[in-house]
Amino acid sequence: MSASTVTPESRERDVSLTAPAKDHAPRILSRDPADFPVPTGREEEWRFTPLRRFARLMAGAPSTEHLTWSSETPVGVVIDELAADDPALLGLPLPVDRLSALAVANADGAVRVSIPESAATEPVVLRLHGDSAEALVWAHVVIDVRPFAQATVVLEHTGSAQYGEHLSVIVGDGATLRLVHLQLWDGDAVHAAHVSARVGRDATFRSFQASLGGSAVRVLETVEYAAPGGDAELLGIFFSKAGQHLEHRMLIDHAVPHCRSNVLYKGALTGDPAAGEAGIARSVWIGDVLIRAAAVGTETYELNRNLLLSQATRADSVPNLEIETGEIVGAGHASATGRFDDEQLFYLESRGIPADVATRLVVRGFFAEVITRLGLPEWESLLQDRLDSELGFEAAGVDDEADE
Amino acid sequence: MATLEIRDLHVTVESDGGPREILRGVDLTVRAGETHAIMGPNGSGKSTLAYSIAGHPKYTITRGTVTLDGEDVLAMTVDERARAGIFLAMQYPVEVPGVSVSNFLRTSVTAVRGEAPKLRTWVKEMKTAMEGLSIDPKFAERSVNEGFSGGEKKRHEILQMELLQPKIAVLDETDSGLDVDALKIVSEGVNRVAAAGTVGTLLITHYTRILRYIKPDFVHVFVDGRIVAEGGPELADALEAEGYDVYVKAAASA
Ligand SMILES: Nc1ncnc2c1ncn2[C@@H]1O[C@H](COP(=O)(O)OP(=O)(O)OP(=O)(O)O)[C@@H](O)[C@H]1O
Ligand SMILES: [Mg+2]
Repeated sequence: MSASTVTPESRERDVSLTAPAKDHAPRILSRDPADFPVPTGREEEWRFTPLRRFARLMAGAPSTEHLTWSSETPVGVVIDELAADDPALLGLPLPVDRLSALAVANADGAVRVSIPESAATEPVVLRLHGDSAEALVWAHVVIDVRPFAQATVVLEHTGSAQYGEHLSVIVGDGATLRLVHLQLWDGDAVHAAHVSARVGRDATFRSFQASLGGSAVRVLETVEYAAPGGDAELLGIFFSKAGQHLEHRMLIDHAVPHCRSNVLYKGALTGDPAAGEAGIARSVWIGDVLIRAAAVGTETYELNRNLLLSQATRADSVPNLEIETGEIVGAGHASATGRFDDEQLFYLESRGIPADVATRLVVRGFFAEVITRLGLPEWESLLQDRLDSELGFEAAGVDDEADE
Repeated sequence: MATLEIRDLHVTVESDGGPREILRGVDLTVRAGETHAIMGPNGSGKSTLAYSIAGHPKYTITRGTVTLDGEDVLAMTVDERARAGIFLAMQYPVEVPGVSVSNFLRTSVTAVRGEAPKLRTWVKEMKTAMEGLSIDPKFAERSVNEGFSGGEKKRHEILQMELLQPKIAVLDETDSGLDVDALKIVSEGVNRVAAAGTVGTLLITHYTRILRYIKPDFVHVFVDGRIVAEGGPELADALEAEGYDVYVKAAASA
């Protein structure tokens, strides 16, 4: 593998290198955007991304614009602002690409959500709303789940913006965090996010991503384990329609023994065959799992399934497992992209079910396995309604006494 | 009382060498309370007839009419036909991953009956119907037809027939792939629906063994895209003993 491109000077500026670069591990870790060359689109991590749509974010101009925040804060949860030079920011997992470094650099400090063990366990809800697709917004959010705390944090994004986000997640020893990160944007939003999680000893990180809106959304999730016994579950759903680009990438770095990871992502795509290139619904799912030599006793599985509801779709799905030790409990991956085909439609229609209801039935059934694992009924039905409206159904108009 | 009338039905499919005519003038009337058996050699067009009645998009009607109580069936969409009372038990039921049987059945019943059944009575109704066909209750949570054995798929088709109570039921080789016990169970299901006297049944089969359980009023011999002979149950026995040869030869020389 090629040597790192990082210069000795930059190393002094809080840059660390991943030991001999792995195929899919980031080669550069830095908080300085200048350490990351501007992508050309040929790089492995950018080759699926429509860089033109991320051009304004990639240009990286500072901005003082913000999303509007409203929050529900259970008793004991503290939300505060950290200045850019706050030492608490130094120990966080580092950005791994230019956009995530730009978010940290331009956010000029961070908003921190601290959840101590004594806090009430109701969800912390952060509703972030953007008013304009013209607004350029940078944000660094830190979720600090203290040891042995039990926390649920929901981050909901609505409206529109050009949004560069870096979300640092620290799950303390013995703690459990359920993180729900929802991209419910209007059609013209552009959102690049890096969720970088560090999972403590015997800690559990359960993440749920849903990308159902936006023009272009690129979410990168990185998971590292601070000590043995960590457990990370990354769930996700996305629904891509004509002209949308929804990209989910994850890199799970098993560098310590006896940790678990489990990934389950499901996506549906429906484009507009009459609209040519502009009608294509696009999705990208990249699941990189690295089991380093020290990570004996690792157990990992990742699965991505995509459902194509029309011809005008393109779903890339690339699971990738690199294993450097044989002493693991198990490692596997699977990826499948299938079509909702005319025979299935005919079968359902021949039982009296109208075509649109049949599509909805299939899409609901497809996502149910993931959505029901969220374990938050209120948010599950919100997502279900949103999926219905993506399919052109009035959220509450159809009888949907499901059979669960 | 429902009547399905098929008149001079001509149907083509798109093949590599252009449209190919499969049905070449089918005439048939099925009334509520009647059971018609259609028997004929492989490839003679029996499934094509069944699919054409149900409205499968692969088939093009080039001539003729199909009416249900005077209504133009051919002008209806597939789901409208089902809601009008036409049911097709398929020779090869389709797998629909991700959709549970119970959700599928309820959605279908809701569409055909025009209103959602009350949840409590519905659960009981479904359970009873499944028991009657010796279908394990666990199937309710499985994906439609996914991983079902051939026999399980056929039972699932008849389960739908019982719940949907159609006016006209077309059963395309529902008997094939069933062992003797399953054949009996499935036949009993069909007979339960027929007992009300409100369904007209079109039973497509290769074998007379199902006719021991489901008594046909009429037997039609189907060769080369049309009905070439008609009779009562005794015709089925003759076919079993002598095969279709004489009809096939006659059709070829016609
Ligand atoms: N797409 C197609 N292109 C060409 N020929 C086709 C096509 N689809 C069906 N056929 C032909 O139409 C004919 C009738 O088929 P059909 O399935 O209706 O027969 P069948 O009587 O049901 O046979 P079986 O007893 O084997 O079920 C067959 O010769 C079949 O090969
Ligand atoms: Mg057939």
